[in-house]
Amino acid sequence: MTGVNWVALTIVIILFVFVTAVGFAAARWRRAQSMASLDEWGLGGRGFGTFITWFLLGGDLYTAYTFIAVPAAMFATGAVSGFFAVPYTIIVYPIIFVFLPRLWSVSHRHGYVTPADFVEGRHGSRGLGLAVAVTGILATMPYIALQLVGIQAVLEVMGVGGSNNVIARDLPLFIAFAVLAAYTYSSGLRAPALIAFVKDFLIYLVIIVAVVYIAVKIGFGASFDAAQKKMATINPATGKPTGVFIPPPAQYWAYASLALGSALALFMYPHSITAVLSSRSRNVIRRNAAILPAYSLVLGLLALIGFAAIAAGTKPIGLDGKPNAQLVVPQFFEDSFPSWFAGVAFAAVAIGALVPAAIMSIAAANLFTRNIYRAYFEREVSREKEAQVSKIVSLIVKLGALIFVLSLDRQNAINFQLLGGIWILQTFPALVLGLYTRWFHRWALLIGWAVGMVFGTVAAYQQSSLATKHFGSSLDEVPFVGKLGYIALTAFVINLIVAVVLTFVFRAMKSPEGVDQTEPSDYFADEGDPRIQPIDELTADSSKATST
Amino acid sequence: MPAARGVGSLHTEVEVAEPDRTDQERDLSLDRSRQLPPGVIVAVGLLILAPIVALMLVGTYANEGPRLWGFPFFYWYQLMWVFIASGCTYLAYRLVHNARRGGDR
Repeated sequence: MTGVNWVALTIVIILFVFVTAVGFAAARWRRAQSMASLDEWGLGGRGFGTFITWFLLGGDLYTAYTFIAVPAAMFATGAVSGFFAVPYTIIVYPIIFVFLPRLWSVSHRHGYVTPADFVEGRHGSRGLGLAVAVTGILATMPYIALQLVGIQAVLEVMGVGGSNNVIARDLPLFIAFAVLAAYTYSSGLRAPALIAFVKDFLIYLVIIVAVVYIAVKIGFGASFDAAQKKMATINPATGKPTGVFIPPPAQYWAYASLALGSALALFMYPHSITAVLSSRSRNVIRRNAAILPAYSLVLGLLALIGFAAIAAGTKPIGLDGKPNAQLVVPQFFEDSFPSWFAGVAFAAVAIGALVPAAIMSIAAANLFTRNIYRAYFEREVSREKEAQVSKIVSLIVKLGALIFVLSLDRQNAINFQLLGGIWILQTFPALVLGLYTRWFHRWALLIGWAVGMVFGTVAAYQQSSLATKHFGSSLDEVPFVGKLGYIALTAFVINLIVAVVLTFVFRAMKSPEGVDQTEPSDYFADEGDPRIQPIDELTADSSKATST
Repeated sequence: MPAARGVGSLHTEVEVAEPDRTDQERDLSLDRSRQLPPGVIVAVGLLILAPIVALMLVGTYANEGPRLWGFPFFYWYQLMWVFIASGCTYLAYRLVHNARRGGDR
């Protein structure tokens, strides 16, 4: 790799300028009377239909980092660390089909903006709401940082950022994020919703071309054969095979638990919930559960680029001269395609980073505003003030992610992302079980959450690998099973057991259970049903209306 | 609706958009939850569980052969489930939708 790939860079810049214009124009798309509320700024007016929601959720869940990391994992160590993403993104949809319509309904009825809003209202516990909010923010921050890592990978392969000068090296990233922050500030969720159309179109285009190219020029059979050979080769450093081509029985648990744990966790992430709550009705969610797997197919095919790169002899070498598997996708495109098409592929990845980064920062900002600022600092905050706080926090969140990536080692972002997945799953009992039952005691849920968080963090910290002393793997031996399994899922089971046992204890002690804001019919409310408004939104005359 | 609920929390049960939700309206939302016949619930449950169970049983598909267009069984089988799962979920949606449509306004 010598010098800067000017043709590819030009294409990327043109497409970047285009989506920037789209991002700012989005403020006028489906225009509301006022953007000064979280319903408008943070949830795009809560009116997106099936089509927009499909693009928005697709753009939100299938992030640039996914597109970089999954093929990279396939390239480096094969199926268990990479291809589990396929069963993961298949089974997630039947799971959400069941519970997300209920969450949508109760949030619609009560005007909840974040998952923590629901947890707080349902269990009558600001503390539990805070726990869910803090977990969400902690898990989201490194996820945003990883989107930057995705952009960096593309820039590096284009030959940008090789300078030893820190300012010059990171300037492109800085500009990209500053622009992103600006249009997210002004357009809110409408910006990523509209840009998602561009992103998804580019991704589909690039994948279709890549699949045809692999089929014709390399051959799928040859790709799999090359991968099989590489994975079976003994790694001299460990004395074990390089990777896994087809999981042996000892790895079944690992493969299945990674898929199940990740699937349960995905819609605990605040950015997933934000996109869901922006939809218009229950049916929009159910229809999307049936059509979103189209992206899973794309992800599966993309994963195979990791194998095709093995057959093609792709050498992902960073600008520092060291091998870096994360560069395998951009390097494969640079080697295999004319510069202009490589540019389109790079732009797809870079824009693919902007959409989730915007939604994640909005989701994290909403959590801060609703469940920390409003819950603890200004209970009677107005709608306008809420929106203003959220807008400013969204800037701070992005700045934090930028500092994270620029000042810390890239490995740290990946470690924290691994931890984030473990952490976010610990909010499942309070959120999803709370949709069905108030049997669990709020304090039992809180302690279960805390135990799961601590257990998961310690277990992940103890995993060493060749590359790192800690956080080397998301797999650990499952107690009583004796096989490797996903730490998040083990922590989740422990969390659940603690919550059940302590519920009996707190019941026996007759501890106060908190006030439930919701009633059974709330969980079936649909489009057009009346909303129950928070007290600060009452106007003088309607405050005379009494409840029946 | 018990008037005491919501006291001491930030929300009240007062509604702004349509000041009084009538009993009829509330019954309508409740009806939606009750309208699914047992047969539909079982069918939807099976459609939802099928992909999850199938993909969790890694031992049933962790084989190299038979290959299809060069894809080992392990890889094409899982990609095939993308389509089956999507179909199952769509069918479940239609079942729920049709079962509820009668009483849905």
